[in-house]
Amino acid sequence: MGGLPAGRVEPTEHDYDEWERRVDALMVLLSGGKGGRRLMTVDELRKNIEALPPDAYDRMGYYDRWVTSITQIMIQRGVITTDELGRKMEQLRGQTRFSAATEEGRS
Amino acid sequence: MKIESDPLVPVEQRYQPGDRVKVRKAYPLGHIRTPFYIRGHSGVIERVCGAFGNPEELAQQRSGDPKQPLYRVRFLQKEVWPDYKGSAEDVLEVEIFQHWLE
Amino acid sequence: MKDGGNYQPYSYFQLMEVSLRELLVEKGIVTEAQVAEEVEAMRRRTPEIGAKVVARAWSDAAYKRKLLEDGSRACQDLGIEVAALKLVVVENTPDTHNVVVCTLCSCYPRMLLGIPPEWYKSRSYRSRTVSEPRAVLSEFGLRIDEKTKIRVHDSTADMRYLVLPMRPAGTEGWSEDKLASIVTRDCMIGVAVPKPH
Repeated sequence: MGGLPAGRVEPTEHDYDEWERRVDALMVLLSGGKGGRRLMTVDELRKNIEALPPDAYDRMGYYDRWVTSITQIMIQRGVITTDELGRKMEQLRGQTRFSAATEEGRS
Repeated sequence: MKIESDPLVPVEQRYQPGDRVKVRKAYPLGHIRTPFYIRGHSGVIERVCGAFGNPEELAQQRSGDPKQPLYRVRFLQKEVWPDYKGSAEDVLEVEIFQHWLE
Repeated sequence: MKDGGNYQPYSYFQLMEVSLRELLVEKGIVTEAQVAEEVEAMRRRTPEIGAKVVARAWSDAAYKRKLLEDGSRACQDLGIEVAALKLVVVENTPDTHNVVVCTLCSCYPRMLLGIPPEWYKSRSYRSRTVSEPRAVLSEFGLRIDEKTKIRVHDSTADMRYLVLPMRPAGTEGWSEDKLASIVTRDCMIGVAVPKPH
């Protein structure tokens, strides 16, 4: 990306939501940090993010890209399967505690 | 008889600080940590960082061994960017793996 | 881009995070406690840690030399865990100003500065800092004299960078705590310089 034309740098700050911090924490643990089992590398994280289509990359937030990449890696490595993920996501989508989790994400 | 080198032994360091080097021009697929903008440019070794696992291989779930020497290479900005606006002495320092240098 | 202050319906990616975490916990890969603990550990990593390192270097010439020679080792001496061999500290002088960027992603010395700011990860910062650093710095309100050379560091591989700013005039005799209080995160990235109160 270096040297490509781009606009002004907007000095934006971002108060990270809990879920974003958890994604970051998962990344540390799954890379073998803090007693976690090493099941991925930062290189795989980057590679999967680089593989995102350009329009998706720009539409997605930073941690949207991270969680997508980490999840892809877990599937690629066989830690979880696509089927397990799909079923889990649909199961959670129907639950009321889901809205409680949304509340948690607010500052 | 070809002797297979031990993958646990880092690749031999070829350059020293002060050596003039050129970044190879190549555009393969895969995960690469040599930025596009610096390929084909010449600079000087600023320091030897040590030897680290090859990120191109680590990205593909492989071990990244043998470890590759990593260098910080210093480039003159005016030589990298055709219309660079700034001091003629401004520099750009980039970490480049040995296998990208010649 | 979400704004954390407003109520937002749960996004697909938030659903993915919860789902992934639950699956990993069910499989015994991680525990909720581990995740919570790491989130807390991350909160404790703030630029104040980096500022302490700078203040020590300003106050102690021998420490400064050590810091410039082996950044990781010098931080370890202050009880800060930074991966071995990997911290490069670059010093601002009257004729050289340093600025750090990661054009390829968002590499950053998190152990010393916490999570990188949004702008550090932006397309604009990552594209333009390498090719027009003076313009980018002036957008941060920092004008660098023509006679001062700029060194841009692109964090492309395993190294992480900390800028050691110049100690400003008017801080003679200050305690390390007081010195640390004027060293902001942006000074240690290189888009600002410390100002005495």
